[in-house]
Amino acid sequence: MQAFDYARPGSLAEALALAGNGRQVLFLAGGTDVIIQLREGRRSCDLLIDLKHIPELTRIADLPGGGLEIGAAVPLAEVYEHPRVRGDFPALVDAAGIIGGIAIQSRASLGGNLCNASPAADSSPALMALGATLRIAGPAGERELPVADFFLGPGRNALQPGEILVSVRVPALPPRAAAFYHRFIPRNEMDIAVASSGVFLALDEAGRIADARVALGAVAPTPILVPAAREVLVGREPDAEAFEAAGEAARAAASPIDDMRGSAAQRRHLSRVLTVRALEHALRRIRGGQPAGATH
Amino acid sequence: MKRTYVQARINGEDRDFLCEPRQSLLEVLREELGLTGSKEGCNNGNCGACSVLMNGRVVNACCILGVEADGADITTIEGIARGDRLHPLQQAFLEEAALQCGICTPGFIVSAKALLDREPDADEHRIRFWLSGNLCRCTGYDKIIRAVQRAASQLQESQA
Repeated sequence: MQAFDYARPGSLAEALALAGNGRQVLFLAGGTDVIIQLREGRRSCDLLIDLKHIPELTRIADLPGGGLEIGAAVPLAEVYEHPRVRGDFPALVDAAGIIGGIAIQSRASLGGNLCNASPAADSSPALMALGATLRIAGPAGERELPVADFFLGPGRNALQPGEILVSVRVPALPPRAAAFYHRFIPRNEMDIAVASSGVFLALDEAGRIADARVALGAVAPTPILVPAAREVLVGREPDAEAFEAAGEAARAAASPIDDMRGSAAQRRHLSRVLTVRALEHALRRIRGGQPAGATH
Repeated sequence: MKRTYVQARINGEDRDFLCEPRQSLLEVLREELGLTGSKEGCNNGNCGACSVLMNGRVVNACCILGVEADGADITTIEGIARGDRLHPLQQAFLEEAALQCGICTPGFIVSAKALLDREPDADEHRIRFWLSGNLCRCTGYDKIIRAVQRAASQLQESQA
C-alpha cells in the first residue's frame, strides 16, 4: 500500500481544517471500502482523515418531531441494534443487516456506504424510500441534500472538495406508514445486489394510498427513485392491481446493464417483482405483521 | 514515512507498538507483535481468516489500520484458550474434525466466540448466517456448524 499520513481529529471544525489544507485527502470511517481501495491502488491520498472521533459523526440522536439523526460514521451493527431504528425504521434494519457479513457490519457505516456511491449499495434505496436527507459540512458552512440527489454516477457523489458527510437525517413516518427494503442475490448472504427495491407506503384514514416512494438499486448508474410508481399508487386502494402497476413503472424506469451478476433483462424483471413484493411487505408492516425473512 | 505510536490491550495485556499508517492491523499483529494465528486469506474483507475481536465485536483485521487500534481492546485466536486449557470451541473443532487445512480455523473460532458470547442459544440458521463472512474451502461447513453447536451446548451446560 502507498504511504500516507493519518489524522484523527476530535471535532468537525478540526476535520474541516485538515480537509481544506490543500493536501490530497481521503476520509476514513469504517474503512471496509477505502482501505481496500487504497491497498489495491484504486484510490490514493497523502492524508487519511479518520472521522470516528468526531461526536456529530458517531452518535445516533433523536430529531424534533420523531425523526432520527444517524452519524455518518456509526457502524452498521450499532445502527441496526439501536432500539429506535428497530422500532420505528425497520427498513434500515433490512438494509444495514445485509451489507457484508457480521465483521463488515462491525465497522462499515451508512455514511461510507453512501459516499462509496455504488449503484448496488443496499443503504441507498432504503434511505431514498424513507425520504432521508444528508447533513453536509464544508468550508462555506452546512447544507442539507436529499439522499436521492447525492449520487452522480458509479463511485461519484455530490460532495465538493473539503466537504464532509456528517449525518443522515431520517424523518418520522406519518401515521399508517411503513418502509421496506430487499434485494435479489443468488446466494443466501454476503453478496452484492443483482437488483434491489426500497419502498415507502402511507395510507390515509380511508385506507387508500396517501403517499408512496419506490427506489431501485443496481439497475442504473446510480440508485434511482421512480416517480411514475408514486403517480400510479397515490389515491388507489393498496391492492394487487395497484402494486402491479407500480412494479410495471419500476420495470420501465430501470436502465440496467449486463454484467457478471446478472443480465439487463433479468434486472428489469427483478425491478418489477422486487417492487411488488416490497410493497406487499410494507403493507404488512403497516398492518402490524412482521415480514418474514428478517434476519436480525 | 514516520511511524506512529499505538497503545492497545491485546489478549488481556497492555501492548504498545510503532506502525506506519498504511499497515493493517493484521500486518501489525503478525509482523510487529508476532501473533501469527490470525491469517491473511483474501486481504479484502471477504474470507474472514483474519477475524479478531475489537472492543467485543468481530472485525476483519485486514480492513482496519494498525493506527485505528489505538486504545482498543483486541482478542486474537491466541487469546481464546486459558493457559493450557482449550476453549470449548477449540475442543469442539478438534472433536468434530471441523478443520482440514486449518487456515480458516482461527477466524471461525474467533467469530463463533463473538456469537456465543452474545447469543449463547444461537440456532443453526443463526450460526450459519453469523459465520457467512468466514470462508472454508475444505470442510463444506457442516462439520464447522456442528462444532459450534456442540460448543454452544457445552457452554450452556457448564453455566447451568
